[in-house]
Amino acid sequence: MKNEEFSLAKRIIPCLDIKDGKTVKGVNFVNFRDAGDPVELGAAYSRAGADELVYLDITASHEGRKTFTELVRQVAAHISIPFTVGGGIHELQDVDRLLNAGADKVSINSAAIRNPKLIDEIAGHFGSQVCVVAIDANQENEDWICYLNGGRIPTDKQLFSWAREAADRGAGEILFTSMTHDGVKTGYANEALARLSDELPIPIIASGGAGQMEHFRDAFVQGKADAALAASVFHFGEIKIDELKLYLQREGINVRL
Amino acid sequence: MDVAIIKYNAGNIRSVDYALRRLGVTPLITADKKMLSKADKIIFPGVGEAFTTMRFLHEEGLADFIRGLRQPVLGICLGMQLMCRHSEEGDVDCLGIFDADVRRFVPQKHEEKVPHMGWNTLNNVKSPLLDASLEGQFVYFVHSYYVPVCEHTIATTGYIHPFSAALQKDNFFATQFHPEKSGSVGERILQHFLTL
Repeated sequence: MKNEEFSLAKRIIPCLDIKDGKTVKGVNFVNFRDAGDPVELGAAYSRAGADELVYLDITASHEGRKTFTELVRQVAAHISIPFTVGGGIHELQDVDRLLNAGADKVSINSAAIRNPKLIDEIAGHFGSQVCVVAIDANQENEDWICYLNGGRIPTDKQLFSWAREAADRGAGEILFTSMTHDGVKTGYANEALARLSDELPIPIIASGGAGQMEHFRDAFVQGKADAALAASVFHFGEIKIDELKLYLQREGINVRL
Repeated sequence: MDVAIIKYNAGNIRSVDYALRRLGVTPLITADKKMLSKADKIIFPGVGEAFTTMRFLHEEGLADFIRGLRQPVLGICLGMQLMCRHSEEGDVDCLGIFDADVRRFVPQKHEEKVPHMGWNTLNNVKSPLLDASLEGQFVYFVHSYYVPVCEHTIATTGYIHPFSAALQKDNFFATQFHPEKSGSVGERILQHFLTL
């Protein structure tokens, strides 16, 4: 029998922001029928080699929520790789609705900070593997402060202790977005990522700061992340996922090709 | 061809349904034994917990029924584990189709996280379900329990140690990974199953 090494691949995850059923951030794909169509965009990413997708509902209204649930159904029907959905999840019923529509995982952020027991409930009802806890944190002096509502409201929670609590409560993965690095395109928060990875027994998804292919390598090597998420560099075509994966393979990182 | 999915509270029924539809097959999703018996192919999906699910299968009379099936059956993830003898998850006796026991992953190093979640490769592939072109291909896994390599193993994957990525005994096939979530590779495997 073949001698198998540790062969679990590092994951590349494009994130799509959705408002009223459409992709929000400007998308700069050529040869694209409808760049605003989240299903088309997700399918294109899947063909290019994305390992998972994240769809984030940034609609606030009730109507928008229904639209999003319908979108989740469409994504599940058309795309054959796993996807996570987030935004507007406040209670177990929301999770049930989205999983029933075909999502593989849900990501909770502010709701988990406001009501940490929600993590226990989701893990208990549906299993840890569906429960991604997203944390937005900003580096302030020596501390990493967690924020609510898409980074608008600071809390008294610190990144490392909150991530530990989330893992203890049953989170299956931590999606850590560094507000300090987000949008700056100078690389991920590798030191903080490495500390999370060393301290926690669950996978860590790096988010915020990708600008070049090297940044993904660094998130995996220095940051010890299990997966790396990005939005604009993919949407604007600055980095192509298939080229990124070939690059990472050349750099000795195990990726799915 | 009639394909049926055994309906119970498994998390991935919808995904399996969609994946089959993408292959042009509209499956019947039912727990009705009469309807299931008539199907040419049966899929036994599964995302959930072993103990509760086994209790449900006994209550519905599905445990003996599944054991007695003659047409090709494909168990997926928890479905595969329930087709084994016993599971450490909830310390429960399962269907006993495969002569193997289900164990919990015990990490040997910090970076070996449990659940084993993500894309990993198929090795040592065998049988009509997995042709040689699938050797080394990546498929998607999410699981905390595994089936050791045994006489029924038709593919292995390495995580912490080699384990059974797929099993076969007679008309019973099973995958630990999720073909319905494994992109084009998964579609090929489902297609193989449909043409068995």
